[in-house]
Amino acid sequence: MAGQEQKSSQSREDVEDVEPGAAPAPAAPQASEATQGVDDLLDEIDGVLESNAEEFVRGFVQKGGQ
Amino acid sequence: MSTSEHGPDGLPAGGALRVMGSETEYGIHAPSTPGANATYLSSQVIAAYARLTRERLHASPGAGWDYTDETPLRDARGWSVRRSQAHPDLLTDLEPVLTAEGVALAHGPAEIELDGDQEPALMNLVLGNGARLYVDHAHPEYSSPEVTNPRDAVVWDSAGDAVVLAAVRALASDPEHGPINLYKNNTDGKGASYGSHENYLVPRSVPFSDLVRGLIPFFVSRQLVCGAGRVGIGQDGRTPGFQVSQRADFFEAEVGLETTMRRPIINTRDEPHAVADKYRRLHVIVGDANCSHVANYLKFGTTALVLSLIEAGAAPAIEIHEPVAAMHRLSHDTDLRETVRLLDGRRLTGLELQWIYFEAAAKLAADAGVAAEHGGDGHTATVLRLWERALTALGSDLDAAAGYIEWAAKQMVLEGYRARDGLAWSDPRLGLIDIQWSDVRPERGLANRLMASGRLSRMADDVEIARAAIEPPEDTRAWFRGKSIQRFPANVASASWDSVVFSPPGSYRLQRVPTREPLRGTRALTGGLFESHPDIQGFLDALLGERHT
Repeated sequence: MAGQEQKSSQSREDVEDVEPGAAPAPAAPQASEATQGVDDLLDEIDGVLESNAEEFVRGFVQKGGQ
Repeated sequence: MSTSEHGPDGLPAGGALRVMGSETEYGIHAPSTPGANATYLSSQVIAAYARLTRERLHASPGAGWDYTDETPLRDARGWSVRRSQAHPDLLTDLEPVLTAEGVALAHGPAEIELDGDQEPALMNLVLGNGARLYVDHAHPEYSSPEVTNPRDAVVWDSAGDAVVLAAVRALASDPEHGPINLYKNNTDGKGASYGSHENYLVPRSVPFSDLVRGLIPFFVSRQLVCGAGRVGIGQDGRTPGFQVSQRADFFEAEVGLETTMRRPIINTRDEPHAVADKYRRLHVIVGDANCSHVANYLKFGTTALVLSLIEAGAAPAIEIHEPVAAMHRLSHDTDLRETVRLLDGRRLTGLELQWIYFEAAAKLAADAGVAAEHGGDGHTATVLRLWERALTALGSDLDAAAGYIEWAAKQMVLEGYRARDGLAWSDPRLGLIDIQWSDVRPERGLANRLMASGRLSRMADDVEIARAAIEPPEDTRAWFRGKSIQRFPANVASASWDSVVFSPPGSYRLQRVPTREPLRGTRALTGGLFESHPDIQGFLDALLGERHT
């Protein structure tokens, strides 16, 4: 079936997307890039975190479920 | 083998294809009304989505639920619990009616007035994509439509996040309701846990004891691949630290019927929602809710492969000494060095356990002819490749794993904060990051933000997921259910997994159409019927005429 073929080629494409660390790079620059990447990420997260962490965490109370 | 064998459900056997589905209970939080009743808040989420659907369809907001075939007290080991002895949480076959009294009895004081001016509190919806959206205990729950493969499981599970996000948006812009936010996680870090369940169709002919034996060592170690990560150790999270799984600490038994207390690694609820002497529905309650697509994909894909191993009698012969404690210990060791003791005396790490299952699954799939990249079943090769890559990365390069393994990604963020700001594990900012990780809003949810910037891999884009929030999968009975609701919203009285109940125009008699074969009612089998009969009467005549001949 055409639909199925399409689906399987789709999932093959997806795999390439999730190929981690596909481009090999020299060790030292990669390490500093990674550090820079985490710093950028933390800066981004700083901007969206709920303002009062203590109050938020205390107020997040759930009833048990399944 | 040139042609692959087929299972009783008609799908190729030996690989990752199988009828499956997900259930997600969302954490719920109304920041402007602290202490508000969670059951009532949950019903507001369902009602908000019903209003959106009504606006879109200009008609009834989807069907109610048909409880006729719910049997939550039947135990897969061959007996039933007497109703009078069952905990009320187990009585999931009764239509919950939200009265102020009921709310007060179930979940503390009711702070709401349910008088005649208010819209009746809506507890249950069947959606046009074949899913169910309802209030389960004190959480909104989305149960995905039945799908046949792990990729569709991810797509239609993510569709649930899109569905509840739409409700969150509607409530935020409605001055009468105020914001209600939802979290795709499994614990509040204070002792409460709520589930994310998986369902898999399994032939009735497979002895339940084989499932128990084959699955326990797999479930004890599966969290290393698909755990979502959690700040805090122990059910109440009081011991500072970080662990692999949201759910692991809440499991206290190996096998049992309960889902809300003394939770078992293997749940024995035996409600097949299908032809009962042919199938059982394996109800898996041990998993974490996943924001990471790849972790979610591997959760469904690897479990489907292990079920194929068990069906083929090829499951690894492993028995773990004290599996509940072993599961806790593996979750608590993010260095992945912890070992578990087997009854034969061996000691293996969680990764070694996973490798044993991987090797057996890869061999079975190859032997069955379903594992080839080209000419296989279209899915098993991908599951095997991603599983192998995940196990390799977890054993050697956790930074690489952080691109798709959810707990590793969360740990990377938390360790970044700890290093930058010198935070102890007990710092509330780390607890906040853990919770906000799973906020379903793209601008607030940290996993969503990591996916948007490419730091966490995606397997489906927003367009495909938005489409799945509207359209049912084409290759299961969910197609018939969803299309019936889409086409004839005024004439579907209720629906369930194994029925659609029509109310024909001009008649008081309801017409219940059973859908007990999960792979019938597909687009291929019923699409023509919908196309040929745009009106309900002609549709029912043709449908029922066909069924009787």
